[in-house]
Amino acid sequence: MSECYFTEQHELIRKLAKDFAEKELTKELLDKVEETGVFPEEVLQKMAKAGFFGIKIPKELGGQGADARSYVLVMSEIAKASGVASIYVSSPNSLSGGPLLIAGNDEQKKKYLTPVVKGEKKLAFALTEPGAGSDAAGMTTTAVKDGDYYILNGRKCFITMAPLSDYAVVFAKTDMTKGTRGVSAFVIDMKQEGVSCGKHEDKMGLIGCATSDIVMENVRVHKSDMLGEEGKGFNLAMATLDTGRLGVASQAIGVAEACLEEACKYAKERKQFGKNIGAFQAIGFTIADMATKLEAAKQLTYRAAYMMDTKQDSGMAASMAKLYATEICNEIAAKAVQIHGGYGYIKDYKVERMYRDCRVFTIYEGTSQVQQIVISSKLLRK
Amino acid sequence: MKICVCAKQVPDTNEVRIDPVKGTLIREGVPSILNPDDANALEAALQLKDEYKDTTISVISMGPPQATYMLRECLAMGADEAVLLSDRAFGGADTCATSTTIAAGIKMLGDVDIIFGGRQAIDGDTAQVGPQVAMRLGIPVVTYVQKIVEYTGDKIKVQRQLEDGYEVIEVKLPCFLTCVKELNEPRYMSVGAIVDAYKKDIKIYNHDDVKLDPKDCGLNASPTQVFRSFTPPVKGKGEMLQGSNKDMAKQLVVKLKEKHLI
Amino acid sequence: MSVVVIEKDCRGCTKCVKSCPFDAITMENKKAVIGIACTSCGTCIEVCPFDAIVKDEVEKEEHDLSLYHDIWVFAEQRQGQLQDVALELLGEGKKLADARGCQLCAVVCGLNLTNIVDELFAHGAQKVYYIEDERLNQYTTDGYSIAIGDAIEQYKPEIVLLGATHIGRDLGPCLAVNCNTGLTADCTKLEINEETKGIMQTRPAFGGNLMATIVCPNHRPQMSTVRPGVMEKAERVDGAKGELIRVQIKLKDEDIRTKVLEVIKTVQKKVSLTDAKVIVSGGMGLGNAEGFKLLERLAKAFGGTVAASRAAVDAGWIDHAYQVGQTGTTVKPSIYFACGISGAIQHVAGMQNSDLIIAINTNENAPIFDIADIGMTGDLYKIIPDILEEMGM
Repeated sequence: MSECYFTEQHELIRKLAKDFAEKELTKELLDKVEETGVFPEEVLQKMAKAGFFGIKIPKELGGQGADARSYVLVMSEIAKASGVASIYVSSPNSLSGGPLLIAGNDEQKKKYLTPVVKGEKKLAFALTEPGAGSDAAGMTTTAVKDGDYYILNGRKCFITMAPLSDYAVVFAKTDMTKGTRGVSAFVIDMKQEGVSCGKHEDKMGLIGCATSDIVMENVRVHKSDMLGEEGKGFNLAMATLDTGRLGVASQAIGVAEACLEEACKYAKERKQFGKNIGAFQAIGFTIADMATKLEAAKQLTYRAAYMMDTKQDSGMAASMAKLYATEICNEIAAKAVQIHGGYGYIKDYKVERMYRDCRVFTIYEGTSQVQQIVISSKLLRK
Repeated sequence: MKICVCAKQVPDTNEVRIDPVKGTLIREGVPSILNPDDANALEAALQLKDEYKDTTISVISMGPPQATYMLRECLAMGADEAVLLSDRAFGGADTCATSTTIAAGIKMLGDVDIIFGGRQAIDGDTAQVGPQVAMRLGIPVVTYVQKIVEYTGDKIKVQRQLEDGYEVIEVKLPCFLTCVKELNEPRYMSVGAIVDAYKKDIKIYNHDDVKLDPKDCGLNASPTQVFRSFTPPVKGKGEMLQGSNKDMAKQLVVKLKEKHLI
Repeated sequence: MSVVVIEKDCRGCTKCVKSCPFDAITMENKKAVIGIACTSCGTCIEVCPFDAIVKDEVEKEEHDLSLYHDIWVFAEQRQGQLQDVALELLGEGKKLADARGCQLCAVVCGLNLTNIVDELFAHGAQKVYYIEDERLNQYTTDGYSIAIGDAIEQYKPEIVLLGATHIGRDLGPCLAVNCNTGLTADCTKLEINEETKGIMQTRPAFGGNLMATIVCPNHRPQMSTVRPGVMEKAERVDGAKGELIRVQIKLKDEDIRTKVLEVIKTVQKKVSLTDAKVIVSGGMGLGNAEGFKLLERLAKAFGGTVAASRAAVDAGWIDHAYQVGQTGTTVKPSIYFACGISGAIQHVAGMQNSDLIIAINTNENAPIFDIADIGMTGDLYKIIPDILEEMGM
């Protein structure tokens, strides 16, 4: 572990997550999740009890009062065992809990955030639309004021956990003429009239966490359920995504670490031409590169978390961590599969699932290219 | 109710390997952990606390200063306070001397209703310290507790594990119970409880603090001594059968017949 | 005997730090410093290239040890049945008594145990100390530790051996406190030191990774609990007789502070792993509890019994009574099948003395193959049926 960024307290939190992952996220359980596409609620409840859903959220709101570094450690240890399990940790801590934590008033926090961090309710984050992915400002969902209410119409897509959720944070345009400054954020009740989910997406990886559209047809939302000020929704979404990047970077280092471990184990066991394949330099050097890149990704991620905890401007650090960690995670996973040869292509081997799971890391919560835009625009601003 | 839990920080002996060439222990990378049976002891105390809210749980341990890490873990599981008995004078203690020191530490906690301990620690596997602490405190002990049947204020009824069954035993408080892993499933810490655990003070007592003369603790007070230690001799590698499953099965049966084992 | 560093000879190479099983050595100002976690195991002494670590004799007050004679074994009985471990203790006790040149005695507690007394004589006890008392019919920690403690005080044995059963491991520590002496747990080897005439007690520690020989130089009696299944049982000689001594004790009813309400047997058929000639043992490689059914078939074919590694017991696939290893039962059958068992040291410690070890494992590098006499790499679910077929079962 990178001692310079962590305290003994962090080490104990990491131990908790590691013990939890080893005991609860067993091969048997994960195979079943993969087969049925359903993640057992019982394990989610145990995660809630261990405090994984409210790591950075203050104790007054039912959270744990820890910091960004703790979040990184829990995320990467859980992701190391299971990519999909880490989605459930990430959601309340970053994307869905984030907007409430940043812009919610006390009443909204108590009503929506507290039950979510306690594991009693689930919350989705709905920004992306069929025609507005990286270009979030191009959204067409509208919110038209009607007395004390807003009437929402539109379609959000690729919304993680949407079919499982009780509530969703939805971004919609309250003023079509103002571009990014016309976007506002609302909390909607998923069981409310006019809200539907559409069919579940059949995903490549991260099976066990249903993803679908959220369709809104004349959904009436009371003005008390608007998050933050009218027209400030886009800034809120971007601020939320800052934390989100750190979470995805953590998932990536977790999965990459597991891939590296599996690759090392296999290289030591598998014999070809009369010796362990690890004894061939082609394999040995590949593993050396994998380990080195993983270490670099860890340092970037830990540094970003440390900057966040010490209230420094961490936006660019988080983007760099997300960009690099997710890209090398894909590279490491691909090499781990290669080292496994034919067995790596078979579902019995852990690397097969990890290879599919990590593919989305460079795509969701800001593609690698969006991160490059963030980084380059900061560098080239003047 | 006041409960004391005795805990020890131990090297995770399951992670230890022997260097096949040199025949020495490989300790590198072996983590120090809360002794597994002691986690069951703490869980037993926590379950009583869940039921009887006005319960306080004190965890006590003897060991080097680093053992505070394990005590933080106990606090993060739900213990109220932690005491570490740490002093050079306690070093080299056998179970006899260890029990004297721990009993002296427990006396500093005031009146205790129940003391829980693990059956044994995985680094020594002696199972002696628990009963010996009870003897020194002059209270009854039940070892190998696999179930708590009933707690009725002044008495507790438990199941004591035997090789082929169990005994049901009733004992008056205060008493010492040593716990086996079948007793319960230790709970997880929580992130928030870890944060809180690092805000608490862990008391560290030396021999003066527990009113012990150095001649009554550690090596000086240990009747048994290690004469020598060695890694167990490794049995030589045997024969690996080759061929298909059928071939190997055939060869095996032939060999067993040759040895007149079938 | 404490372990000390001769500071002027220490070069700060840190070899001792890395070798210490208990993490007790630290470096201060480039010199090794022995800390509180030290158990005097001496591992560091061997690895130090500069002979800078030594054992230091501690001056202790001398007790008069000459008053103590003879070897006692605790004859454990449950519901009037003498336990096998008592016969093993008599077997081992005989060897020690011969080496020490003293008498072998047994101590037994309970009511109407004349049959057992005769059995003890038949198995080589020269004296039997019989504490006849209704309150000792059922074992209680207080009753037995006071009664036997009282007998020890009156008759002063030099060595007391107990079986490391759930009763012996409960009684031993309390008895040791009552007699103000030391106790060594779970011994696997006992011998008399020719020079000191004291007993050398060797036991596995550190999860079976380390063997330690323990001595008790200045206190008497020297006490050990001995692992069941390790020592040879004493030969039975019909009609052998010895001296019966009925011990009078001072035990008050209120001394016994625990009440045994019931004794329940849960294991239907008594698992006698220690007596089994063939053991078919399963580990994590079985994958599930169902796997033991296949092992049962193989065991049946050999007239043996099944057993398990700790991992399989922890997984809840089989009762802990079947566990072989450091924290389970020690076995030495004629044939030991290790199926899907990786061979963690803690398991190996309990079965390595088996006459013939046959291992089946999918991982050809599993440590179990390092100690197996015959190894087979492959799927146990395929190999075992093939073996059964070859045997015509």
